[in-house]
Amino acid sequence: MAKLRPEDLDKITERMKKVMSLREGSGRAKITIHMGTCGISAGARKIMSAVIECVSELDTGDIIITSSGCAGLCSKEPMMTVELEGQAPVKYIDLTEEKVNKIFTEHVMGGKIVADYALAIGSEQAL
Amino acid sequence: MKKSRMHLMLCAGTGCVSNGSFRIKADLEQELGKHELQDEIAVVMTGCNGFCAQGPVMVVQPDNIFYQLLSEKDIPHLVEEHFLKGRPVKRLMYTPSLEKAPVPKMSEIDFFEKQRLIALRNRGMIDPEKIEEAIARGGYRALARALTSMTSQEIIQTVKDSGLRGRGGAGFPTGRKWESAASHHSKEKYIICNADEGDPGAFMDRSIIESDPHSVLEGMAIAGKAVGAGQGYIYIRTEYPLALQRLNLAIKQAMEYGLLGHDILGTGFDFDISVFRGAGAFVCGESSALRASIQGDPPEPFSKQVHATEKGLWEKPTVLNNVETLAIVPEIIKRGAGWFSQIGTETSKGTKVFALVGKVRNTGLVEVPMGITLREIIFDIGGGMENGKAFKAVQTGGPSGGCIPASLLDLPIDYERLTEVGSMMGSGGMIVMDEDNCMVDVARYFLEFLRSESCGKCTACREGVDAMYRIVTDICDGKGNQGDIQLLEELSQAVKDGSLCQLGATASNPVLSTLRYFKDEYETHINEQRCPAGVCRALITYTIDAEKCNACLLCVKNCPQQAISGEKGKPQTIDQEKCIKCGVCRDVCRSEAVTVQ
Ligand SMILES: Cc1cc2nc3c(=O)[nH]c(=O)nc-3n(C[C@H](O)[C@H](O)[C@H](O)COP(=O)(O)O)c2cc1C
Repeated sequence: MAKLRPEDLDKITERMKKVMSLREGSGRAKITIHMGTCGISAGARKIMSAVIECVSELDTGDIIITSSGCAGLCSKEPMMTVELEGQAPVKYIDLTEEKVNKIFTEHVMGGKIVADYALAIGSEQAL
Repeated sequence: MKKSRMHLMLCAGTGCVSNGSFRIKADLEQELGKHELQDEIAVVMTGCNGFCAQGPVMVVQPDNIFYQLLSEKDIPHLVEEHFLKGRPVKRLMYTPSLEKAPVPKMSEIDFFEKQRLIALRNRGMIDPEKIEEAIARGGYRALARALTSMTSQEIIQTVKDSGLRGRGGAGFPTGRKWESAASHHSKEKYIICNADEGDPGAFMDRSIIESDPHSVLEGMAIAGKAVGAGQGYIYIRTEYPLALQRLNLAIKQAMEYGLLGHDILGTGFDFDISVFRGAGAFVCGESSALRASIQGDPPEPFSKQVHATEKGLWEKPTVLNNVETLAIVPEIIKRGAGWFSQIGTETSKGTKVFALVGKVRNTGLVEVPMGITLREIIFDIGGGMENGKAFKAVQTGGPSGGCIPASLLDLPIDYERLTEVGSMMGSGGMIVMDEDNCMVDVARYFLEFLRSESCGKCTACREGVDAMYRIVTDICDGKGNQGDIQLLEELSQAVKDGSLCQLGATASNPVLSTLRYFKDEYETHINEQRCPAGVCRALITYTIDAEKCNACLLCVKNCPQQAISGEKGKPQTIDQEKCIKCGVCRDVCRSEAVTVQ
């Protein structure tokens, strides 16, 4: 193992950020996938994998992925909620892997809500 | 690398490990595998979480959900419900009392809410066996700063300005100790970390090492730079296997990264750390005995006419600091003296870790700002008395400390105030006692401990503590004499005057403080041969109240002496000849018919 220089401490911190930000519960964006029985049978597991895929590729370390129970709209599953820091949560419905990719690039990364897939803005109680 | 979406921070402190956290880990991994969640969800073994009473405990991040009292049978349900389907399991959450709802988030549990973490800043947040995680939480930044942009004088001045005082007992200002060692010229100097932790019931230092060993190593290296020392020793008892293992691993990792050893961070500063294992004698925590022990001599204290900072280990300038003291140092260097000194009271700055144990609902490890009251610690953080009994006293400061009564519950805690009321800060033990504790018996317990831990070098301590023990034991046995109290007071003074080290000098504190606040209990034992708390066996009798007894025969079945008998369906009676006063009958009785007098 190479001996560190002072500046290497920051590099390690940067590299570890995605691990640590998760534990500190802090992040620029929080993505919640609804994993009730209804969600799972409608394919929520695939959606979860797709989200993890997107986040892993980008490697930014400031996005938190979490799951929650049924959101009460079983017919519109699979669903997920995207919440950018300081903004109201947005719920996306009838998801597919392609939709996830688009939401990820445009909303999570670009900050622009994908209105076509969204249910309603801000109708959500804090999750 | 795939990103995990969830981290299960499972406590692997000594308490939780003995309650089976490694078995829980195996089951979690197996169940996660069943649902193919193993790549999405990571199980992380952390150091002591602090809430030991509820162990094994686990915190689920990023949502901060706290689970407690986990057992293997809970795991399949938990994994499916929460980790797969996202529905946190209420049944496994902390519930403050029967009437209240479970509290899902750790940060909202009363036990954690009032704590302020400095020494324990990384507890439960990192895997202590991975140095990268410590670094990611800010580890070794203070050392980098100390080595690249601070002079020794600046480091010492910062520590002095912060007001940091030793956490090992005496509360000596850390900056002044360093300054003194820095002022003596010598090619060799030593930094020793005191991890002996001999006080009964204390586990602060063990937990710091188990949860964040790098904080201690970093503090030692900073001390080394400040005083000009190139070698450090950690004196730790062999009874701490988990702490030892994590410490050795941490040293190895820090060496590999060049954060210890030769040419640290490329700055030209060298600092090595060796671990020295002690055999667990209480006196070995005392500074001069500890040095003797490292040198291979019998661990006996010697007279300190010359300060260790001038002639310490191997006659070289030496700084001895406690684990917690050293763990705090990096935060002071990083955040500044002003940040630290605004926490606490006039004379005592920062926070202190306490091991909260005894008859309190939430036992565990708590870190609180100096100046907090005993009441806040015991009733807010500790959740109040167990089983709704009345608070009687709290013992602080270990065997050198004393018992503080209910009338002083609103005392803000700092070094001076605790000493004023006849106790002391000590290393941070805090034993809560209720109406069922006999204060004479408590004094007897500590005397018994000190009597066997006295090294025997000074006659006053060796014979005097033993004499006090015998007198107090006689009082507990109902053989106390008029004049015993006065004799105890005189002996206390003699032992104090005639002992070299603080073990002897403070040995009478448990007696003196109980005499100060609970003299009536001593008098009742001596004059009336009665133990008001119903503890001292020679002075109590168990009887069955015929009015309350419903002849369920539970006591009869449980009595180990077959001392209880009676007609079927009628109230039972205890044969006093056979009774050994173990109290089992009272414990099992459901109608409170067994009384003790
Ligand atoms: C009998 C006895 C036992 C002691 N045990 C410990 C101990 O286990 N850990 C500790 O840090 N200090 C212990 N001390 C206090 C040490 O002598 C010393 O004051 C302390 O380690 C200095 O570090 P600090 O200034 O950082 O507190 C003990 C003192 C006495 C008299």
